[in-house]
Amino acid sequence: MTEIKGGRPHALTDAPFHYCPGCTHGIVHRLVAEAIDELGVEGRTVGVASVGCSVFTYNYFNCDMVQAPHGRAPAVATGIKRARPEAVVFTYQGDGDLAAIGTAETVHAATRGENIVAIFIDTAIYGMTGGQMAPTTLPGQVTQTTPYGRDVKTAGNPIRVCEMLSTLDGVALAQRVTVDCVKNVKAAKKAIKKAFQYQMEGKGYCIVEVVSTCPTNWGMAPTDALQWLRDNMLPYYPLGVYKDVGEGSQ
Amino acid sequence: MGEKVLMKGNEAIAEAAIAAGCRHFFGYPITPQTEVAAYMSKRMPKVGGVYLQGESEVASINMVLGAGAAGVRAMTSTSSPGISLMSEGISYMAGSDVPALIVNVQRGGPGLGGIQPSQADYFQATRSTGHGDFHLLVFAPSTVQETVDMISDAFDLADKYRMPAMILSDGMLGQMMEPVVLPDPKPVEQDKPWAAKGHNNERPHNVINSLYIQPQELEDLVRKRFEKYRTIMQNEQRAEEYLTEDADIIVVAYGASSRVSRSAVDKARAEGIKAGMIRPISLWPFPVKAVSKAADTAKAFLTVEMSMGQMVDDVRLVVAGRKPVEFYGRTGGMIPTPKEVYEQIVRINGGVC
Repeated sequence: MTEIKGGRPHALTDAPFHYCPGCTHGIVHRLVAEAIDELGVEGRTVGVASVGCSVFTYNYFNCDMVQAPHGRAPAVATGIKRARPEAVVFTYQGDGDLAAIGTAETVHAATRGENIVAIFIDTAIYGMTGGQMAPTTLPGQVTQTTPYGRDVKTAGNPIRVCEMLSTLDGVALAQRVTVDCVKNVKAAKKAIKKAFQYQMEGKGYCIVEVVSTCPTNWGMAPTDALQWLRDNMLPYYPLGVYKDVGEGSQ
Repeated sequence: MGEKVLMKGNEAIAEAAIAAGCRHFFGYPITPQTEVAAYMSKRMPKVGGVYLQGESEVASINMVLGAGAAGVRAMTSTSSPGISLMSEGISYMAGSDVPALIVNVQRGGPGLGGIQPSQADYFQATRSTGHGDFHLLVFAPSTVQETVDMISDAFDLADKYRMPAMILSDGMLGQMMEPVVLPDPKPVEQDKPWAAKGHNNERPHNVINSLYIQPQELEDLVRKRFEKYRTIMQNEQRAEEYLTEDADIIVVAYGASSRVSRSAVDKARAEGIKAGMIRPISLWPFPVKAVSKAADTAKAFLTVEMSMGQMVDDVRLVVAGRKPVEFYGRTGGMIPTPKEVYEQIVRINGGVC
């Protein structure tokens, strides 16, 4: 029997989430907060909020928070971690932030093996600006700026972030998870907690990519969005561990 | 105080920052300031500090933002095109009240421009280093010793007012060697209860943020910041007044061009022309008091810059039509000669007495 825990994790404030109904940010926030609680590190954790729907994470996490310019969260996190090596530092970034405008910062923080954790929310669309093409928008996917579907001949191909980062020596953990069902939520939690543990052990850069839904901008009911994620996102972005240094270091 | 040593301007910047308690340097190579980074990469490991070469100026300034937000004395150094790239991060730092030191060893522009000394980033430093309503503390040294002293002060003032400070140097000051005395070392840790470094379960969480989605909230915050700026304008104006008391013609020049202008003023004095010079040391806040006072007694002003004329706007704003304000400048990496400036003084004087 698994004990079912109720109540809010301490690492979450009591501020009500502003997220749309059915958005999976809420679940992921909770998983991050649970990991912080279980590791007992809220007092030395500094989170970095990025630009996009999740910018307001600074209101939701009880640890110290810094809001970064669009795409620059890995650089801001680097500055925090280098200034306070004893701190536990994580970024919370969307697909546009991490894989478009912040690609350089992401790749270089990863290859430097910065001891930071990136929680990467991939919804294949820009949320806050109202549903434009993201670097992870699927071929053929209709968005506000790909009204005829993403034509890879002109709009380019999507980026598979975990696969790309797994080639870099500084990466300790690159794992893709999702939160569409209880089983996957539990696996996501395990990955997030492992990433924080790896940072505390000084193993290097850890990224947990959470394939997520954006019912509002996908134009779907929340349950339909979860099914669309299973049918379309997961085949293109397969779940799995792309790199794990395990007991070793980077 | 230490002993007198001969140092290159750029290296003195680095050593002065370390003496000021800075242990975190983030930067990206660019001529003519690369010696700052090279020196830091050598020295920081020896003093338990961090030297980190970012993948770009964009990344470097955001590393400074992160380190500054975490409460340490952090800095970067770059040259003109690098400041353009950093302007986003500087705006965020101003908008979230994060102190840090930014050094601009100016080169010619626009675009890739050139690598020779310039003062064409005055507007950028004092008017629009990034988007939004904000100011930076901007100081302009004219000697290597002044650079050293200024860096220490700039860190203190940045912390005091919780805002970024900029040293606006140029390729000439960065590359020249002069004897300097380094100041006594300052502590590495300052008390910053607002910093995001982990609340240690002892206080509510700190949030370093520049986003205020409610317009009234943002306006209130910006207004509050501008009250702080008014205090700074009142208390932090700095200028050197050289032979201004009885001067008919007052040259206004800062940094490298003030060195040239000083020679020109001396030559004019030797020829019997009552020339003097105001050398702004703080560019923001602009030394309004010194220039305004001089406008009561002088007959004319001559602003000398290594640009097409930028600071001259501030001089004209202060003089406000009371006296003629003329301009002489060279740009693109050209440095005015004392003879050129002297000739301008003679022209304004209507010839030699």
